[in-house]
Amino acid sequence: MSATTSIRKRLLPVMALVVVGLMAFCPAPQAAENLKIGGVFSVTGPTSFLGDPEKKSMEMVVDAINSAGGIDGRMLEAVIYDTEGDPQRAVNAVSKLINRDGVIAIIGPSLTPTTLAVKNLALNAKVPLISCAAGIQITEPVTPWVFKTAQSDVLAVATVYGHIQRSGLKKIGLLSVANAFGESGKQQLEQQAPAFGLEVVAAEKFGAKDSDMTAQLTKIRKAAPDAVICWGTNPGPAVVAKNFGQLGLEMPLYQSHGVASPKFIELAGSAAEGILLPTGKILVAGLLPADDLQKPVLEAYIQQFESRYQMPVSGFGGYAYDAMQLLAKALAGTDGDPEKVRANLEQITGHVGVSGVFNFSPSEHNGLGADAFVMVRIKDGKWELIQD
Amino acid sequence: MQELLQYLFSGITNGAIYAVIAVGFALLFNATELINFAHGEFVMLGALGMVTLYNGLGLPLAAAFLLTTLGVSAVGFLFERFAIRTVKRPDAIVLVIITVGASIFLRGVAMLGWGKDAHSVAPFSDHPPLSIAGANLLPQSLWILTIVLGAVLGLHLFFTRSLTGKAMLASAISRRAAWLVGIPTGRMVQLAFVLSAAMGAVAGVIIAPITMCSYDMGTLLGLKGFCAAMLGGLGSLWGGVLGGFLLGVLEALGVGFLSSSLKDAIAFVLLLLILYIRPAGLLGARKVQRF
Repeated sequence: MSATTSIRKRLLPVMALVVVGLMAFCPAPQAAENLKIGGVFSVTGPTSFLGDPEKKSMEMVVDAINSAGGIDGRMLEAVIYDTEGDPQRAVNAVSKLINRDGVIAIIGPSLTPTTLAVKNLALNAKVPLISCAAGIQITEPVTPWVFKTAQSDVLAVATVYGHIQRSGLKKIGLLSVANAFGESGKQQLEQQAPAFGLEVVAAEKFGAKDSDMTAQLTKIRKAAPDAVICWGTNPGPAVVAKNFGQLGLEMPLYQSHGVASPKFIELAGSAAEGILLPTGKILVAGLLPADDLQKPVLEAYIQQFESRYQMPVSGFGGYAYDAMQLLAKALAGTDGDPEKVRANLEQITGHVGVSGVFNFSPSEHNGLGADAFVMVRIKDGKWELIQD
Repeated sequence: MQELLQYLFSGITNGAIYAVIAVGFALLFNATELINFAHGEFVMLGALGMVTLYNGLGLPLAAAFLLTTLGVSAVGFLFERFAIRTVKRPDAIVLVIITVGASIFLRGVAMLGWGKDAHSVAPFSDHPPLSIAGANLLPQSLWILTIVLGAVLGLHLFFTRSLTGKAMLASAISRRAAWLVGIPTGRMVQLAFVLSAAMGAVAGVIIAPITMCSYDMGTLLGLKGFCAAMLGGLGSLWGGVLGGFLLGVLEALGVGFLSSSLKDAIAFVLLLLILYIRPAGLLGARKVQRF
């Protein structure tokens, strides 16, 4: 009996310490606190070319808003975690943001697989999530808490097909990379072809690390298409461009928005000449006509990003830039209530962003139209805007 | 007909590369009974070496080729000296795991040195593709074939005509007997590592202009080369060559007449079949034949 009491006596201070310690970890009451926004991007790892500029763009917008006095007098605070492009890490990061950091809303993740992995977490916790990934499955079907700012490949396919249709071509040969990007693109290309009066006469695949695609192109040539569309991300499409020239194929070659960066021109060299591809407007901001709605937004973003980070801007950072601007708009007057933020996001229309003009509604959580893409042609190692 | 010829050209070009990688596996397996899973990384280093020396610094082709091969051989030498020879109890499984570790290490170093992006290398000569019966043959394919056949022939002469080559062969057949007649077997193992790395480098150098070079290109090429080596009979020089060409041509024909989604599956199905039906490989005797 006395032994138990003495243990209890000795335990008491320990327990007190534990309780104090736990209290320190509890989220403090919100009043006059910072508004906490979560960010999850693939900052390192093989897809750091997406996540790194996204993180930088998000921090840039947060700083700009804070130096202008915050939102309703409250400062923004960004809590950003790295997923390394791994769905499991993305799940951990998002649950940390929701449960430990108590964020109001989340921007990211950078990839379709990581976004799909965390979609249900955001739904269950009722936290608005604005993804920077392109996959159509993220917002189709629409779920109340998940939005996205990147253009879907549906729009890219529509832009390419629109151009092919206007050129009066009929038969299409497809060559897609054997990964999620290529599969999704191939599915869209096959689905949308009849609507544009086109016929897919050959559909081949290549491995992301293959060193030679002549065999696939030979097979496509046999089907005699009027145009060939290659759907992949670097470096495979550059090999396709080289092989295409080496085989002496003469029909037009289209590439996807997945290679819309100067890197593709560098890799494919002279084989890039004459290739047509869809791209977000940021790549050709300087070439846009003066009356383009997006031109001032694009120029402001490019100027801000390049002067702050001393590195060239990419379209990917723009997804996080748009997401943060949209969120800032939605946050106004909500006092950090997630339900109100969500409702406000659905009301936003005519928001001119880097990736396009956003028109959200309860049934549309991407909000971009076909005008988010333009067609460009590579000429003398430079982009040339196709206007028609 | 025109298509068939085009598939063959494509298959022979890829096959020549698989062949020279397979020969690298065979060389080392012969001397040490070790399968070096870092071999693909030597190929990658060869290709990236060309990116720096030939494209970056603009050295003449022959000098860049030679320097790259010597450099990668030196990496092979250091790998043997510091990672393999220092192992206290050299069980096969320990050594294999060391080579896996080395491949991860080399990939990491290459990523830091050359970055994550792919690079391209200019072709060795600037001719337009040759048109043969309607099929186009790249001048680079001719370069590849010539260099691969030259390298393999050189190795063949080395093993059959030179004293060092014969000593290497002797220590491969029985290390103890070779040691008893005064052959420095340790040195022979080292030489095998250097030659094997040089073969990897040659594969990397010749493939650089037809594909995109990046730090992670070695893994798949290494696996394909390994399949080719197994196909021909592990440890057999000409078996590796035969296996490489066979794999390359079958892959190209598979894409042409079956489906391009099956391309990589073909290599691995072949590997399984050969392990099941003829574990010693096509040119291997019942007990694996040395060259």
